[in-house]
Amino acid sequence: MSGATETFYSVIRRQGITRRSFHKFCSLTASSFGLGPLAASRIANALETKPRMPVIWLHGLECTCCSESFIRSAHPLIKDVLLSMISLDYDDMIMAAAGHQAEAILEEARLRYKGRYVLAVEGNPPLNEGGMFCIDGGKPFVERLRWMAESSMAVIAWGTCASWGCVQAAKPNPTGAVPIDKVITDKPIVKVPGCPPIAEVMTGLVTFITTFGRLPELDRQGRPKMFYSERIHDKCYRRSHFDAGQFVEAWDDECARKGYCLYKMGCKGPTTYNACSALRWNGGVSFPIQSGHGCFGCSEDGFWDKGSFYDRLTTIQQFGIEKNADQIGMAAAGAVGLTVAAHAAITAVKRLTHKPDRAVRKDKPT
Amino acid sequence: MFGRDMADKAPQNPTAVDAPPTVSGGGGGAAYVYEAPVRLWHWVNAAAILVLGVTGYLIGTGTPATPGEASGNFLFGYIRFAHFSAGYVLGVGFLLRIYWALMGNPHAMQIFRVPLWRSCIWREVYDEMRWYAFLAVEPDRRVGHNRLAQLAMFFMFTQTITFMIVTGFALYGQGAGRDSWQYKLFGWVFAIWPNSQDVHTWHHLGLWIVVTFALVHIYAVIREDIMSGRSISSMISGQRQFRD
Repeated sequence: MSGATETFYSVIRRQGITRRSFHKFCSLTASSFGLGPLAASRIANALETKPRMPVIWLHGLECTCCSESFIRSAHPLIKDVLLSMISLDYDDMIMAAAGHQAEAILEEARLRYKGRYVLAVEGNPPLNEGGMFCIDGGKPFVERLRWMAESSMAVIAWGTCASWGCVQAAKPNPTGAVPIDKVITDKPIVKVPGCPPIAEVMTGLVTFITTFGRLPELDRQGRPKMFYSERIHDKCYRRSHFDAGQFVEAWDDECARKGYCLYKMGCKGPTTYNACSALRWNGGVSFPIQSGHGCFGCSEDGFWDKGSFYDRLTTIQQFGIEKNADQIGMAAAGAVGLTVAAHAAITAVKRLTHKPDRAVRKDKPT
Repeated sequence: MFGRDMADKAPQNPTAVDAPPTVSGGGGGAAYVYEAPVRLWHWVNAAAILVLGVTGYLIGTGTPATPGEASGNFLFGYIRFAHFSAGYVLGVGFLLRIYWALMGNPHAMQIFRVPLWRSCIWREVYDEMRWYAFLAVEPDRRVGHNRLAQLAMFFMFTQTITFMIVTGFALYGQGAGRDSWQYKLFGWVFAIWPNSQDVHTWHHLGLWIVVTFALVHIYAVIREDIMSGRSISSMISGQRQFRD
C-alpha cells in the first residue's frame, strides 16, 4: 500500500534482485514485444523512474485459473518480481486482508488512485435476477464492477470469462453471465482471452502498460496485437504435416505416434488466435498440440458452444438439429436430387402420354 | 403468354427486355441474349466452381495420410493452392461480371437485379411454377431467364457466391495475416462471427447451396431444351432459339 511513489526498480532491489538480472529482464521483455535493441534501455529507464502502476484485481464468476496462470509466469523473471512491478493494491484472491479490512482497502485505493489505476477483471458478471448469482462483499458483483470501473484509467479483461463469457455464458447460460464489455462501455478494455491466458502474455501486457503508460495496440476484437495477431496454426510446429496432408486419423494410430497434424481430430489451431505455439506454456515447456492433443480454441468467442472439440466440421445448432455442414448439405442436395429425378420422370411420362397432341398441333400451319 | 402487357413500359428497364417481341412465336427466330463476356464468364465461373467445390470439400474433410517425410509431400498445400487460385478466378470474374452487368445488354443485369416490388413479377413466377408443376401446358417464351429462374439465380447463385467470396477472402486473410489487404478488406466478417470456426462452418454450408443450385440449374436447362425447345446452346452461341 505504501508503494504509491515507489518504482518497480526500487522494489525489486529491496527484494534482492541484482541490477544485472533487472537488465536481463528488460532486454528479454523488449525482445518478447518484438522491439528494437534500444527499447530495453527505455524499459529499464521507465521501470526505474515511473511510479508503479496501481492495479486493482477483481474476481467475478470464474475459476481462478487466470490467477493460477499469472503467478506461474516463469520468464522473463519469477513471479514475485512481476508482482512487484505493479502495485497490486487489491486482489481478494491473494491478499492478506479479508472482510471489512479488504473492503476498506478497495475503497481507499479507488479514491487515492482515482483515474490512474488499472482495473484487472478476472471472471464476469451474471446479470439475471439482478446479478444475485455472484455476490461480492454483500452486493452483486456487477455493481462492484461498474463502481470500480468508473474511476479506473483502463480495464484489463483477463481470460475468456471476462473477454467472451466462457463456460458460465455457454448455452443455456442460466445466470445470464456476460463479458465485461457488455457492462463497461465507457473505458478502454484490453481483452486477454484464453482459459487461462498464457502467464507470459499476462505479465507481458502488464509490463507494456507500466513501461509505456498506455495500452498496447489492439486488434479488431480488442486483443493486444503483439500476442493475438497470429493463429496457433500459423506458428504450429506440425504445420509442415498439415501442408503435406499428413493427418492423425485416430488417437492411437501410427500417424499420432509420428506426430502428424491434428486437423482431422478437430484441432482448432486454424481458427484460434493465441500465442501458445510461439510462447508455449510453463516457461516454454510445451503446449497442447506438442503434447499430442488438438487445440480447443479456448481463447475464441463462445468456444464451448461450437460443437465437439474433436470435430473438424463442427455442428450447426441453428437448425435445431445437431448436424455438421456436410450432413445438412448432403441431405439437402440429396433431397433436391431426388426431387429433380422424380420431376424428370413425371416429365418423361407426361411427354410420352401427350406426344400425339403435340404432334398434331405442330402439324398445323402457323 | 406472348405479348402480355407488362406493367412497366420503360424501354431500358430489364423487366421489359424479356418480353418476347424479338422472337416470333413459331420458331426459327433467334435473339442475341448472352453476349461474349457473359458466356466466357459463365464457363470460367463454372470451371472455378467445380475446382472450388471439390477442393473445398477435401479441405473440410482432410485427405488420407500420405507416407513419407513432410518435406517430401505437399498434397494439402496443392489442394489449398488450387482452392485459393480458383477463388481468385471466381472473385475477379465476379467483379468483371458486375462490370458487364452495367455495360452489357439488359439481360446481363438479370442475375443481379430482381424487381421484386413489381406485381407482374409474381404473376410470372406463379405462371412458371404452374409450368413446373405440370399445370400449365404452354411454356414461358421469354428469351432470357424466366422469372422463377431469375429468382433462383439471384437468391441461390448471386447471393451465395457473394457470400462465398466475402467469407472466403476473409478466411484467406487470416492466413495472409493482419496486414494483408484481404484482412483489411474482409476482416469485418469477424465482427459478425468473432470465432472464425463459425465462418468456416457457414462457408462450408455455402458449398452445398452451390451444389444444390448446380443440380437444379443443369436439370432446368436440359429440361427446358427438351420441353420448351429453349436452346441449351445459347450459352455457347449467345443466340436464344425456340425450335418448335
